[in-house]
Amino acid sequence: MTLQATLSELVRDFKANGRIVIVGASLAGLRAAEALREEGFTGPLTIIGDEPHEPYDRPPLSKQVLKGWVAADHTTLPRLQALDADWRLGVAATGLDRATRQVRLANGEQVPFDRLLIATGTRARQWPDPTEAGLQGVYTLRSRDDAARLQQALAARPSRVLIIGAGFIGSEMASICRELDIPVTVAERGPAPLAGALGAVIGEIAAEMQRDGGVDLRCGVAVSSLDGDASGHVRRARLSDGSTLEVDVVVASLGSIRNVEWLEGSGLAAGVWGVGCDAGGRAFDINGVTTDTVYVAGDVARAPHVLYEYQFLAMEHWDNAVLGAKVAAHNMVNVEPGYRPNLLLPGFWSGQFGVNIKSVGVPPFGDQIVFTQGSVKDRRFAAAYGHRGRMVAAVTFNQGRWLEYYARLIEQSAPFPPPPPGWDRPADMKPMPAEFPEPGVSTAFPDVVLTGHDPNARSAEFRLRH
Amino acid sequence: MQIVVDLNRCQGYAQCVFLAHEVFRLGGEEALTYEPNPDDARLLQVERAAAACPVQAIVIGRSEDVTP
Repeated sequence: MTLQATLSELVRDFKANGRIVIVGASLAGLRAAEALREEGFTGPLTIIGDEPHEPYDRPPLSKQVLKGWVAADHTTLPRLQALDADWRLGVAATGLDRATRQVRLANGEQVPFDRLLIATGTRARQWPDPTEAGLQGVYTLRSRDDAARLQQALAARPSRVLIIGAGFIGSEMASICRELDIPVTVAERGPAPLAGALGAVIGEIAAEMQRDGGVDLRCGVAVSSLDGDASGHVRRARLSDGSTLEVDVVVASLGSIRNVEWLEGSGLAAGVWGVGCDAGGRAFDINGVTTDTVYVAGDVARAPHVLYEYQFLAMEHWDNAVLGAKVAAHNMVNVEPGYRPNLLLPGFWSGQFGVNIKSVGVPPFGDQIVFTQGSVKDRRFAAAYGHRGRMVAAVTFNQGRWLEYYARLIEQSAPFPPPPPGWDRPADMKPMPAEFPEPGVSTAFPDVVLTGHDPNARSAEFRLRH
Repeated sequence: MQIVVDLNRCQGYAQCVFLAHEVFRLGGEEALTYEPNPDDARLLQVERAAAACPVQAIVIGRSEDVTP
């Protein structure tokens, strides 16, 4: 038998009899499971999720769910493929033993695997003071249950909502509060909303949108403490500028924490920015060596990207969960040279204050910005981000149809500033600094984190185990 | 019925809003929101909306394979 025939036989045998475990039952976990079946994998498939719900879609939670139009339990994701999977929902994975190839569950059970996909995603960063975080009326928003609780609180028409942190989720929530005609204050430590993801030049425009929308926006201000009343309900917030606010709903929107704690001791390259893996989703061990059995997809993955100087990107994006899952699933049941890369050009959207904000590429990779089309005053424009004379990202406000044009330019490493499109040129097309906060400045985290070439860069944590 | 719209792909043509306005809504000029689990009685409407979408961004669940 030739080597090629042996390999083919191995692949065939694995597809029929291999045991695959997916930890994480959200978008990436579900789409990976479907992709595995589509790839012809017929062996036992186990899907483990810490939430009791079947996979649901998160983007609607901060929008139509919070508004009260769509019920939180109406966000179940469509199934694209019959799965015939063993679902273990409502039980978290608490450990990984790579030597015996077992996942440990919170109920003490051990689940054996031949290939493992890590898709445990992120969770909301809680308000740091546990006593204050435990006050009634203090919320975070990440899960379906979070959204249901917060929606009820908004439906009770609070006298004022305080949102701490003006990233995308915080800004979307502020927009919903105003649509519901609820008074809302947004406190952001950084210079402007969305500054971490899009820079302060765009952030200033987002700030105007918020203020025009009736938001009491306070930038460069931190919340020092939250006070409760005798019954343990939050009533007052103290700000770093000495002012106080009477509030009865507080939402901490402080970015996310990657769910990697359960991998402690597994010997994988897991840290605050996620689990390091190659562009095919194959996990690195703590020495940077690719594993053959463990794969990563979705928000928790951190992989080098060819378009961004092979820097490691951690992308909290919907399309990264979908494509990363498909790529990892394909590679789990194939062998070289059949491996596929996840070469996604990152993209996201955010609807707020009647404006559709969309982006492609990695804006924080850029240091300059130029408005290329439309009018900032009308909040209908396109802008490009550049780095060392190269175009690396673009953002549109109510100009989504132009985004593909910019995506092609980015993929071709077009020069920056880009050749002016022959339509709707703004008067001023001079590049200017994009004004991203320095790394490490406390502000809303960007949706794509440049985590550097090595685990020590950008304060990523490298935990050596003995 | 379960649906999801790939909002990276969506360009706000709003054909779905015309064809199934109880399911799809436009916030402002091009920010689409929708009911992800519409009533089965709206299946035909939603299928028409999905078919009419110029960028084919609407995905309708094809399997009843739900979690036990």
